[in-house]
Amino acid sequence: MIESFLQYEFLQNAAITGILIGIVAPLLGVFIVVRRLSLIADALSHITLTGIAASLLIEKRVTTVNEWNPIYMGMAFSVFGAILIERLRKVYKHYEELAIPIILSGGIGVGVILISLADGFNTDLFSYLFGSVTAVSRDSMWTVLVITSIVILIVILFYKELFVLSFDEEHASVSGVNGRWIHLLFIVMVALVIASSMQVVGILLVSALMTLPVASAIRIAKSFKQTIGLSIAFGETSVLIGLISSYHLSVPPGGTIVVSAILILIMSILYKRVRAQQWIKGEA
Amino acid sequence: MENRTIVKLENVSFKYDREWVVQDVNLDIQSGQFLGLVGPNGSGKSTLIKLMLGLVKPDHGSIHLFGQTLKNYQDWQEIGFVSQKANSFNSGFPATVIEVVKTGLVSRIGAFKFFNKKHKEKALEALRVVEMEEYAYSNIGELSGGQQQRVFIARALVSDPSLLILDEPTVGVDAKHVTEFYDLLGKLNQEQGITLLMVTHDIGTITEHATHVICMNKTVHFHGASEEYKEFSEEDLNQLYGHSVQQLTHNHTHHEVNHND
Ligand SMILES: Nc1ncnc2c1ncn2[C@@H]1O[C@H](COP(=O)(O)OP(=O)(O)OP(=O)(O)O)[C@@H](O)[C@H]1O
Ligand SMILES: [Mg+2]
Repeated sequence: MIESFLQYEFLQNAAITGILIGIVAPLLGVFIVVRRLSLIADALSHITLTGIAASLLIEKRVTTVNEWNPIYMGMAFSVFGAILIERLRKVYKHYEELAIPIILSGGIGVGVILISLADGFNTDLFSYLFGSVTAVSRDSMWTVLVITSIVILIVILFYKELFVLSFDEEHASVSGVNGRWIHLLFIVMVALVIASSMQVVGILLVSALMTLPVASAIRIAKSFKQTIGLSIAFGETSVLIGLISSYHLSVPPGGTIVVSAILILIMSILYKRVRAQQWIKGEA
Repeated sequence: MENRTIVKLENVSFKYDREWVVQDVNLDIQSGQFLGLVGPNGSGKSTLIKLMLGLVKPDHGSIHLFGQTLKNYQDWQEIGFVSQKANSFNSGFPATVIEVVKTGLVSRIGAFKFFNKKHKEKALEALRVVEMEEYAYSNIGELSGGQQQRVFIARALVSDPSLLILDEPTVGVDAKHVTEFYDLLGKLNQEQGITLLMVTHDIGTITEHATHVICMNKTVHFHGASEEYKEFSEEDLNQLYGHSVQQLTHNHTHHEVNHND
């Protein structure tokens, strides 16, 4: 494994990209989960697929440039989808969650049409859907590195504001926090991280990397800071175990990463059970 | 201490849908006062407070805080607020009590700055005031309703506000702590000169402690010193709470005068 890692550039790209998204996906995931926005990640990952499809189509039909990285178009669509969701949430004030299926199904619908126009139902598409250890280019790796650094910086800078907004929007407002602006910034970050994660985890499983580690962490953590720390630790562990087993078993990393995350989740639930029982015995 | 107007409402009206919830309210709150805001359920008390804090926008009229229009108002650290719905947060939220209390400092700290040791000390001090210090590192969702309420009071106090707005802050708080809470409010008001506006249904207790009382039902029916309010006859009160507003405004126009001294 180590040898091949040093030898093959594509493995380095996949591993470094994986490690980076193992940090930022669960980091943003904590805020997504506590604000009960988990489904937004799903909607945005599906609209990212539309962007990928559009990029494949343009590449095939319009330009002759064949080295155009679809990740950029994916990001553009994802950010656009994020802004659209915010608009729709305002239109349907009392049914805010309606925005999610609208964007999700719209994204898939348009995506399927674009993909078939591009004759794109092939192995390439498979790797976008479920991730790949071979498809990450050096170019994308650098893009992900830049995005990860910016996201971490913004979360650190706006930690207070993000936290107060997640806990109590009304109180955020009387603290002078511009909730609308921070929320927009946040959702754009989510869109970018989803598009970044897509190459390793795959579109269908991106949201799992944002939510499963958090689901495990909130079983155990007491404080919000601890929740963030544990979520990142669990996310990173899933990514590493997932990538290594994906390489050895020759299966898409999306599958192995998610299965690892689920195993961690089961362990955290059992851990909590055992702890509770010990406590009861201790009392008796 | 010189008295100055810190909250001013002029001809403020507001509706959520079709019906006016707050109608033609004129109000002048001076620094150093301790005001009780009373009125029956659904009379618009919470809405009036939301209007003052900019959480909802008036359809008519203007609102000033500390001499500035709401739109331009920036000094949110001067205002502490306990909402009536304070403990309707997501009870599975993974945060400790002290993390929640520290959010009361967000406006004082300002953008691009971080929580530090000093802020932690301040938060612990605020928790000491409401006797919740021993729970500082407990999960907020695992406390009882009354304990949570005391934590939210601490969050409102932590930024040393000069105006404290409390919407039924003692609901669910036990008798011992309610008494202590009123003592605390008295101290904050008299010793530190903090202006207090408190919504409550406990008219007996509030008239004992507050300097002024505002009684509203859509519009302000009485605003004056607590002593005067006590003379406001029982019959008047019954009518205010018992009958429709139209009838009431018709019969009691003389009570709508602003008794502000
Ligand atoms: N978010 C809302 N949307 C629509 N109507 C609302 C909303 N909040 C309050 N109302 C209505 O506005 C009126 C005043 O409500 P408000 O909460 O201000 O009353 P209140 O005096 O605080 O009552 P309580 O003593 O029960 O707390 C009520 O008739 C209520 O139905
Ligand atoms: Mg109310």
